[in-house]
Amino acid sequence: MRFGVVVFPGSNCDHDAWYAVSHNLGHSAEFIWHDSRTLGLVDAVILPGGFAYGDYLRCGAIAKFSPVMSAVREFAETGGLVLGICNGFQVLVESGLLPGALLRNRGLKFVCRPVALRVETTDTPFTAAATKGQQITLPVAHGEGCYFADDATLAMLRRDDRVVLRYVDNPNGSLDDIAGICSEKRNVMGMMPHPERAADALLGSTDGKVILESMIHSLSVAAA
Amino acid sequence: MSDLTSSELDKVRSILKREPNETETGIFTVMWSEHCSYKSSRIHLKKLPTKGDRVLVGPGENAGIIDIGDGYAIAFKIESHNHPSFIEPFQGAATGVGGILRDIFTMGARPIAVMDALRFGPLDDREWGDRNKRILEGVVGGISHYGNCFGVPTVGGETVFESCYNGNPLVNVFALGVFRHDEIFFGRATGIGNPVIYVGAKTGRDGIKGASMASAEFDEDSKDKRPNVQVGDPFMEKLLLEACLEAMHTGAVVGIQDMGAAGLTCSTCEMGSRAETGIEFDLTLVPQRETGMTPYEIMLSESQERMLLVAEKGREDEVFAIFKKWGLDAVTIGVVTDDGMLRVKDHGKVVAEIPNRELADEAPLYDRPHNAAPYRPAPMEAPEFGSPDLKGDLFALVGSGDLCSKRWIWQQYDYTVRTNTIAGPGGDAAIVRIKETGTSIAMSLDGNGRYCALDPREGAKLMVAECCRNLSTVGAVPAAATNNLNFGNPERPEIMAQIVEAIEGITEACRFFDTPITGGNVSLYNETLGEAIWPTPVMGIVGLMKTAEPVTIPFKQQGRTVMLLGGLGACDATHFGGTQYAKVVLNKMWGLPPALDMDYEKRVQTAIREIVNEGHAESAHDVSDGGLAVALAECTVNGVGASIEIATDLRPEFALFHEGPSRILVSTAVPEAVEEIARKNNVEALRIGATIYTELRIGDGSVTWIDSPVDRLKQVWENALAEQLAPVHA
Repeated sequence: MRFGVVVFPGSNCDHDAWYAVSHNLGHSAEFIWHDSRTLGLVDAVILPGGFAYGDYLRCGAIAKFSPVMSAVREFAETGGLVLGICNGFQVLVESGLLPGALLRNRGLKFVCRPVALRVETTDTPFTAAATKGQQITLPVAHGEGCYFADDATLAMLRRDDRVVLRYVDNPNGSLDDIAGICSEKRNVMGMMPHPERAADALLGSTDGKVILESMIHSLSVAAA
Repeated sequence: MSDLTSSELDKVRSILKREPNETETGIFTVMWSEHCSYKSSRIHLKKLPTKGDRVLVGPGENAGIIDIGDGYAIAFKIESHNHPSFIEPFQGAATGVGGILRDIFTMGARPIAVMDALRFGPLDDREWGDRNKRILEGVVGGISHYGNCFGVPTVGGETVFESCYNGNPLVNVFALGVFRHDEIFFGRATGIGNPVIYVGAKTGRDGIKGASMASAEFDEDSKDKRPNVQVGDPFMEKLLLEACLEAMHTGAVVGIQDMGAAGLTCSTCEMGSRAETGIEFDLTLVPQRETGMTPYEIMLSESQERMLLVAEKGREDEVFAIFKKWGLDAVTIGVVTDDGMLRVKDHGKVVAEIPNRELADEAPLYDRPHNAAPYRPAPMEAPEFGSPDLKGDLFALVGSGDLCSKRWIWQQYDYTVRTNTIAGPGGDAAIVRIKETGTSIAMSLDGNGRYCALDPREGAKLMVAECCRNLSTVGAVPAAATNNLNFGNPERPEIMAQIVEAIEGITEACRFFDTPITGGNVSLYNETLGEAIWPTPVMGIVGLMKTAEPVTIPFKQQGRTVMLLGGLGACDATHFGGTQYAKVVLNKMWGLPPALDMDYEKRVQTAIREIVNEGHAESAHDVSDGGLAVALAECTVNGVGASIEIATDLRPEFALFHEGPSRILVSTAVPEAVEEIARKNNVEALRIGATIYTELRIGDGSVTWIDSPVDRLKQVWENALAEQLAPVHA
């Protein structure tokens, strides 16, 4: 499978995502520059972590206007898989590809630590290889990861089984312990924890592989 | 101090053969400041060992470089941002991180790790406590802001609290980068006629004369120096990193240097001096973000995130295209000349004309008097003491500022970005893997102002020994070092004596442990209202190791043998006066630091490396601050405890809490194998007990000194810092 990793000025987990896909999972990965209006021949897109355009205004607020995001939107509308990790999740909510917002952590401080998560649904291309209720541990590293949405949106997310990951031990005050959600068509997912940082046993955990492997599995099923 | 003395001014006149104008005086003042010229320390720094088989680039460049095999190298250095961090903690610390990162990538290396050595006044100080809390929160916030956004993991460091840092916190930042041998760049303006190009942020009025501020003591008016502190933009720095590395890879760049202390002045004259060339440029071409700046202000501005590079004539456009891609300013401001002069023009008119070499390298050198005894803040005689409650003492120690968990701090740092962190903060040494070579680098920062205050020479040797021991404990071979020398006013002989003694101690120990110094930083005049900090050298040492699952501090399983490699060590009352026990429990300080036998230390380190690398250690932890009992408590934080019996003639306070070096705690399933390696290296390896579930019990076989559930110890250890900081949020 071919993954495209978008590079915004200020992305700093782009290389990590590229490395996890290409070295830990053995698939092909290439970078897509932010001012590109096309994605090239890719099967899935990753919006990586970092501080796109510095994030001085509001996380993801500038990135949503970048040329590459129109291409990502079109790709998503035609059913392409889009995974936004950390800053990528922030860009997806700012772009309107996912509902809600990500606010400053309730503790008002950046938090970097491994957190336990529960896979709430396997009915997504991002968790198809996991089991429902499975607990995985992934690192978080963010200052603005507190998921917020109005009651109606939260109710809709629950009703439509779109809460993909929940924190077992909420590190940032996210409503309903939400760590990751998917789009209505289930092909776009945003998550604050970093699966690409947990794809190598040497670094302490390979729990993140299940997300990337699910994507690969879903793509191969679709291709077959 | 901050301005030229009359004899320095005479020297300027003899170099120029005329009176300097205002701009030239300003240029000389910053370049010959203590911060830029090391004029008080240079003659002593020459004693440091700087050569070794692995050393590719030693002191004098922006960072030192050593070979790590397979055609790869690492660049690393430590630098202080003490003065700015006192005046404006958040930006002071943030720009400290920014400055050292530029020192690394200006050499061509991609930064892959940062560590910080921090010193603050006590958080419970009656007069300074609230201010110390604000300084700590600001400094940690600044480091977090800059490093996290830039995308470099902050993998370790140390934080210590002493009253002497009340008015003078220390922020020493270490950074390390990796690259191939053929990617090394130097700050040299070679090639007559080559264009001199300014890249990065525009120049403003921030940080003007920052270097000379950093070379002065603080007084009542220091808060007025806030405009001297620069403002950092980590996003700009990230772009600068990517653009610079990309530009370097084109082959069109012949030399590059960051604009750090003394900004445009320092980068132009140093690049010219190193290449024995001149640089001529026009200030009107310098990108400026404020109007009406004078030549003096432009030359002395310390605006952040700027670099100066020299490109091959005719290939400027390749460089410009890359900077344009990253959205950065890149402008030709001048040209390399053959006359060795720094010639600064403003609208074509010469406003400063100074020989580069004399400006950069001929700063006055001072052999300042150091014939006094080093200043000692404590008596030699030990007080009477005896503990009624050893368990209470242990709880007091694990909950004290220096020994408690620093999770509250390092959890604010992204320590896993770049997916190389094998061992992050909280261990004896941090470990990052090098993806390109398949090997790993261990690194440790250590300083012990308390020992150095009692005896700067012995304290410095103990510091080097501990830093190397930390690396050996994770299985790494210490390879090379960088140091940051933080002291008071060198014009006072009793302070200058501390500096000389400490440098000589570092020299002796670094020679012995074969860890040459490849660069570093000196920060003097760390005094506020006439009160000097304790002598606080800080050491950063890197070690090389194979990539493997790390051996960490906590006990892993019940029923393992607990061994004390190196033995119980010796202690008497005099050598107990610098311990954490004396500080925390007795609130006193006296005597001398622990005694160090470097030969024995080296053998212990050789032994532990073999034990770890052979896979015999399930856990390993260096015994240092707080002594054996605190080290044992730290081994129990994962919930596995231990039952320990110490057969000793030492009084229990000494046996439990003395800080004698050359000792490492190991838990193992194969004690015979550990003993065999110890025997081979002619060092002791005592079986002192076994791991058990959930209790820590320590006694001498007949009397139980300490007995506690491990979760209670952990609770105190884990929460102490947040609790001490809490009132500031109220």
